[in-house]
Amino acid sequence: MSDAGLAPEKLVFDPPVVAPERDLMSKFDPIIAERQALIDTGVTDPFAIVMEHVKSPTEAVIAGRDTILLGTYNYMGMTFDPDVIQAGKDALDQYGSGTNGSRMLNGTFRDHIEVEDALRDFYNVSGAIVFSTGYMANLGMISTLAGKGEYVILDADSHASIYDGCQQGNSEIVRFRHNSVEDLDKRLGRLPKEPGKLVVLEGVYSMLGDIAPLKEMVAVAKQHGAMVLSDEAHSMGFYGPNGRGVYEEQGCEADVDFIIGTFSKSVGTVGGFCVSNHPKFEAIRLVCRPYIFTASLPPSVVATAATSIRKLKHAHGKRRQLWENARSLHSGLKALGFKLGTEKPDSAIIAIILDDQTQAVAMWQLLLDGGLYVNMARPPATPAGTYLLRCSLCAEHTPAQIARVLQMFEAAGRATGAIG
Amino acid sequence: MTDRQHIYDTVTAQIEPFNKKGVTLSDATTFQGDLEWDSLTVMDFVAAIEDEFEIIITMNMQAEIETVGQLVDAVEKLKG
Repeated sequence: MSDAGLAPEKLVFDPPVVAPERDLMSKFDPIIAERQALIDTGVTDPFAIVMEHVKSPTEAVIAGRDTILLGTYNYMGMTFDPDVIQAGKDALDQYGSGTNGSRMLNGTFRDHIEVEDALRDFYNVSGAIVFSTGYMANLGMISTLAGKGEYVILDADSHASIYDGCQQGNSEIVRFRHNSVEDLDKRLGRLPKEPGKLVVLEGVYSMLGDIAPLKEMVAVAKQHGAMVLSDEAHSMGFYGPNGRGVYEEQGCEADVDFIIGTFSKSVGTVGGFCVSNHPKFEAIRLVCRPYIFTASLPPSVVATAATSIRKLKHAHGKRRQLWENARSLHSGLKALGFKLGTEKPDSAIIAIILDDQTQAVAMWQLLLDGGLYVNMARPPATPAGTYLLRCSLCAEHTPAQIARVLQMFEAAGRATGAIG
Repeated sequence: MTDRQHIYDTVTAQIEPFNKKGVTLSDATTFQGDLEWDSLTVMDFVAAIEDEFEIIITMNMQAEIETVGQLVDAVEKLKG
């Protein structure tokens, strides 16, 4: 306070307790009570798991027990790749542990440039901008692209980072029914012609693991003169001939204006990015607040990301293995009688739909006690108020692990009445 | 019948399938408090209203609408 030249406030030594109605934390009482009630039933808190040791992309020690990891987004198993680790160690030695600043000021090191070059090569685009997380890439791009009086049109099942990007900006927000080409078309048709519009789509929707009919949706968006952003966080590395994502697989590379991605899934570290062929793309660095007003990624992170991305480009064997794993888990679970989020193995995420929270938590607990970690997901993160156990596969899962996983699911499913 | 009354009748008819508690509807009925709708129900309902009147109620506008009467007024304005 004295720095600002203001008279210091006189402190009361025994301040009165804040009345409950003025305690800003009181609004969280219902969620605190709900969580407590869940824990009081004797289950492990599903949202407080600690990995004590991580042995490989597919194995960790949780509560002293060897556990198969089937709930991480380590799709391509790059986290323990020797070249990736070496790149990180070298960068730590040569550049230190952090950048201490914004990309715009002192936070751009050699490997920030190198990782953006690796992205340009991987996606075959002219522009690449790295953000500190995938969340911030969506937050920054959506809030910056669509300004006042312009429109963002988004899928109802969009990720929280997309919704938050909308809220952070000043544009008008319009929502359409999940994956409905007709609904998107109708809504675009009702909007005034003149203002700029951004249609936001996702290649893979992460809760159920379903994919978007991007080809049709992008065509509709273009008919209405809208620009398109596709979030390909859950498809990078294994969708499309070059692993660029669902948009590549469906042949809409020429019509998607902006691709959002992340380093925290297939790349195996942390960070986010946007790539684009737009000739004015670099201007984003000058106007995008979530890019400017935060510290840049540590040198070791961008070095590992760059190495990983260069290897992912040629990771055909891993790509094949990941799809093989997804197919075998999907067909195995289906044969056991589980209700799944998708008819076919559309992605590396396979979601089991359960009746309610009690069943979901009971089953999750049985699996964990048996040495298997999957994600539990509940509303509001899930669509249509569903309770899910979500499995995400890794290229490094072995057929023996998948077989063991299926045995554990069978036992837990019968014990909880999820399957007959 | 006035335009507003017509819109009111149509809106309340659209509410009925989502009116699980059988709340008696008026202009003052609130979606969150009286009808106890969660965000998913609101989403489905708004989409139904949009399609019924062939309008767009942006999420920015939805944030301002708390009662049936406010929704009817908003629809009237959007249609005009």
